[in-house]
Amino acid sequence: MSSIRQQPFRTAVLVLVWGWLLFLVLAPNLLVVGASVMTRDPGSFLSLPLNLDAYRQLMDPLYLDVFLHSLYMAAVTTLACLLIGYPFAWALSKVEKRRQLLLIFFLIVPFWTNSLVRTYALKLILATNGLINSALLSLGWIDEPVRMLYTEGAVIIGLVYLLLPFMILPLYSVFDDLREELVMASHDLGAGRFATFVHVIVPLTLPGVLAGVMLVLLPAMGLFFVPDILGGSRNLLVGNVIKNQFLDARNWPFGAAASIVLTLTMAVLMLAHRISKQRIGEEGSA
Amino acid sequence: MIRWLPRAWLMLIYGLLYVPIAVLVVFSFNDSRSGYTWGGLSLRWYETLFNNHAMVEAMWNSLWLALSAATVSTLIGGLTALALHRYRFRGKRVLNGMLFVVMMSPEIVLAISLLALFLLVGIQLGYVSLLLAHVTFCLPFVVITVMARLSGFDESLPEAARDLGASDFTMTRTVLIPVIMPALLAGWLLGFTLSLDDVVVSTFVSGPTYEILPLRIYSMVRVGLKPEVNALGTLLLVFSLVMLSLSQWILTRSKQ
Repeated sequence: MSSIRQQPFRTAVLVLVWGWLLFLVLAPNLLVVGASVMTRDPGSFLSLPLNLDAYRQLMDPLYLDVFLHSLYMAAVTTLACLLIGYPFAWALSKVEKRRQLLLIFFLIVPFWTNSLVRTYALKLILATNGLINSALLSLGWIDEPVRMLYTEGAVIIGLVYLLLPFMILPLYSVFDDLREELVMASHDLGAGRFATFVHVIVPLTLPGVLAGVMLVLLPAMGLFFVPDILGGSRNLLVGNVIKNQFLDARNWPFGAAASIVLTLTMAVLMLAHRISKQRIGEEGSA
Repeated sequence: MIRWLPRAWLMLIYGLLYVPIAVLVVFSFNDSRSGYTWGGLSLRWYETLFNNHAMVEAMWNSLWLALSAATVSTLIGGLTALALHRYRFRGKRVLNGMLFVVMMSPEIVLAISLLALFLLVGIQLGYVSLLLAHVTFCLPFVVITVMARLSGFDESLPEAARDLGASDFTMTRTVLIPVIMPALLAGWLLGFTLSLDDVVVSTFVSGPTYEILPLRIYSMVRVGLKPEVNALGTLLLVFSLVMLSLSQWILTRSKQ
């Protein structure tokens, strides 16, 4: 053990960092856990009798519907991102190295641009008198505008648009690490393209898939401004429920319980990611 | 397999990613009032934007917040990365874990936990609460950027400095800081952009006394179309492009 006097700099740094994380990460999260088992109080937000009412309320058909619908939209979003992103990352990793950096740069640019503004841009395109409808009308392919805005589809398009880079980047990193020899060895051993894909490429890229799923699925349940702008009142996300409960209805226990369900989902996904990574480590060294 | 297929896929997806942005930029110069139809070139929406006092004030507030949040998170994040790299201490894994959790957890979870804390401790919602929140979510990104730089670093230099009698602080100042400078700059720029773009966390922890740009935009785009948002979006796009290019340039130049 080193004393404070010997290494004042080290001590100062550690106190600062620990202080920050304990006060602004650990304490707030404990507060949320605490809030979720307390009782709603109109005056001071929370009061004492501890109970699981908030969790029970989550099972109320009204909210359960919103949750399941939100989960469904998030799942479709994640699947769409995966179906677009997997071949995309694969193709990207095949491009010559010099160009890859530039292409990645152009992948990151939109996601560094204000996400609200980008969601708003989608509105210009999808609206009843928006670009797609005017184009289709002037081409004579449709007789009257198709309703696209304020639908479930619009919310999913918005979520995919905002979250796609988060799927592509981890996938790109596993494809970039994928050793060409393994694929060739599989071919040499007589496996066809399909067998190689299923038995070699998919297992080796699985950690990237899970990382991508984690980075897309959870935000896809939380980005409340997307349904606000594109979805109308019927296509709410868990994020909208949490926001309404905290900021409008002032029902903190319920909002906190909803947020804990999200955190638990994250924990399960993180565990799956870890396990898949360890498996590959073992197979690789075996 | 068909050879051109992967390239065609790349081009298609890039195209789709940039269509909304292109629409935004083109429509920001649109003279038409309706917002959907083209009415000739004009800069009127840029004019409307800058004549909107609340908007300009929110812009300055956001800039100031992003500047200060990026600076504080770079300071703390840089020191954290140094500590994680140099020192052995108890709970190092816990510290790493907490940073990882902040980075991975959904923004809305962080948002409500911070709101609960601020109300309990009695921190008034405004500049201070926004600053604390923004520094917290920028921190892990700075730490990772700096750690990546330190991981490829020759350990004999700091040891030589210590052998020559430099104190820990002097060694850090004269040897380590110059080495991690490019990573600190890149981390600063990343934090700046993250802060400027944040909607979810800011919605919860901001108060009426300090309105920032993303929330201003949010209240505008929720109802109907506001063509000046196109102009604002275009300006923000150019701004992010400059910042991102700058950080890439710093990082690649430092590698050579």
